[in-house]
Amino acid sequence: MNTIAFVAVAILTLAAALAAASLPKLIHAALSFAMTFVGVAAFFFLLGAEFVGLVQVFVYVGAVAVLIVFTILLTRRDVEDTGGRNWGGAIIAIAVFGGLLWAILKAQTLAIAAPPIEPLTVKRVGDVLMTDYVWPLQCVGLLLTAALIGALILVMEERR
Amino acid sequence: MIDSLDQIFVRVKQLLLAPLAGAPDWVVQIASSLINIFALLGVFLTLFALISVLERKILGRMQNRYGPNRVGPFGLFQPVADGIKMLIKEDIVPVRADKIVHFLAPILIAATAILALGVIPYGRNMTPFAIDGGILFFFAVGSTTELAVFMAGWGSNNKFSMLGAMRAIAQMISYELPLIITVLPVVMVVGSLTPDRIVAAQDGYTFGVVPHWFVVTPWGAAAFILFFVSGLVESNRTPFDVPEGESEIVAGHMTEYSGFKYATFFMAEYIGMFAISGLGVTLFLGGWQPPIAALRFIPSYVWFFAKLGGLLFVYIWIRGTLPRARVDQIMNFAWKFMLPMAFTCIVAAAVWHYEGRGLAGWFSSLAVIAVVYIALSRLIDTRKKFATRTYRFAE
Repeated sequence: MNTIAFVAVAILTLAAALAAASLPKLIHAALSFAMTFVGVAAFFFLLGAEFVGLVQVFVYVGAVAVLIVFTILLTRRDVEDTGGRNWGGAIIAIAVFGGLLWAILKAQTLAIAAPPIEPLTVKRVGDVLMTDYVWPLQCVGLLLTAALIGALILVMEERR
Repeated sequence: MIDSLDQIFVRVKQLLLAPLAGAPDWVVQIASSLINIFALLGVFLTLFALISVLERKILGRMQNRYGPNRVGPFGLFQPVADGIKMLIKEDIVPVRADKIVHFLAPILIAATAILALGVIPYGRNMTPFAIDGGILFFFAVGSTTELAVFMAGWGSNNKFSMLGAMRAIAQMISYELPLIITVLPVVMVVGSLTPDRIVAAQDGYTFGVVPHWFVVTPWGAAAFILFFVSGLVESNRTPFDVPEGESEIVAGHMTEYSGFKYATFFMAEYIGMFAISGLGVTLFLGGWQPPIAALRFIPSYVWFFAKLGGLLFVYIWIRGTLPRARVDQIMNFAWKFMLPMAFTCIVAAAVWHYEGRGLAGWFSSLAVIAVVYIALSRLIDTRKKFATRTYRFAE
């Protein structure tokens, strides 16, 4: 049952990713990219990490995808593909994939059965965030506040 | 007897699943999910049909006219007639439209709206999909609506559609913030993101008549009002219906849709309204809990749908009462008033909690909210001080 779901989600995600990389229209590519995010979220659900999956949908589909779409909308007309392939990008992608594959295959841990872990509940995430990781959390909060204020200053009317 | 009436739908589901007793686990799981899905769709599509005709009747009443009264008794079969009309209408797709995106937008918008319904507890033991982070799921699914609206606007290749979509996305993103932040105090006080736990936390009565719903605390009342207003915006209802302001931009992102695709948009809007009202009932109005202890004998789902109906009536009432707000007014309201007030609710809830959740905490949190409210309203009072208007010829 889980295997069937895994294969289905994997095919869907990979197809969406391929479409995002190869579709001629930029908007279509961005929308397929959003589909890829949903696929990744589905993987998290399959792995029992409900919270991470929901945050994935929330942040990536709800915010990042909308941001990408807006960026395309506001910066350029919808230009058709000029025909040339971006070989540099392809080489980098293959290199990254190869490196990851090599590292994963070389790792010992795949052969060892995973120790049973308790399911990652929202409560546990909250507890850990508020105790062990409170310092990084505050730093991220400060950074985001700074970004927010910066954005406000950028759009503020200039008063002379 | 009372108990069996309360749990009648749960029993029916168990009966339906009984023939599958020996089947493997995943078969039972899928069958159970399918039953839930069909029940949800059946109930809420019926409610949609009912509300669409009731809305027109109520609006008619408020505007001193009859409303639909030709089809069936009291015009109750009007939705059937409307449905048939929509189905046999020609489906027009603009030549220059982005065909695929244009086609997918109504499907996506309806699917996300329906998904959000799945995590709301409709009665005791009646949550269709009880997942751990139910509240988070609701908002995660809801945030995809913006993408669907954008697809509708972009795919139509029409400037009115695009303008409408931009307006819709701008106001939805702005009001998503207060919407989510007003939910936080409830999550904080309950200590859980699970809708069932939130409803359970609102059980109990003071003197048997004052329910322990969060709406009776000052922070809860303030948060509920903010939540309700944000909900109005998220479902694009009057006075926040600028995305489809028909006097300005035809019908916004729905301009180029006709026939059943338009009906799908219409349906998604109403389903979204049901979902956000249902969440409001769950978070602040005690979910399926009865208002006084003596009324426990009435089944839980009756209470839930009664409260939902009440909220929907307020939606219709507001539509019949208020004119449309301007875009800049809506935006200013979101960022200058709603957001600070939403944050205040969090502080007020914390004060209430640390003063022991009693009467002292009640007054302290009221004081916090009142101080911030008065300060804010002084600070952002932008009314221009005009001189008294004089009429030269009409005296």
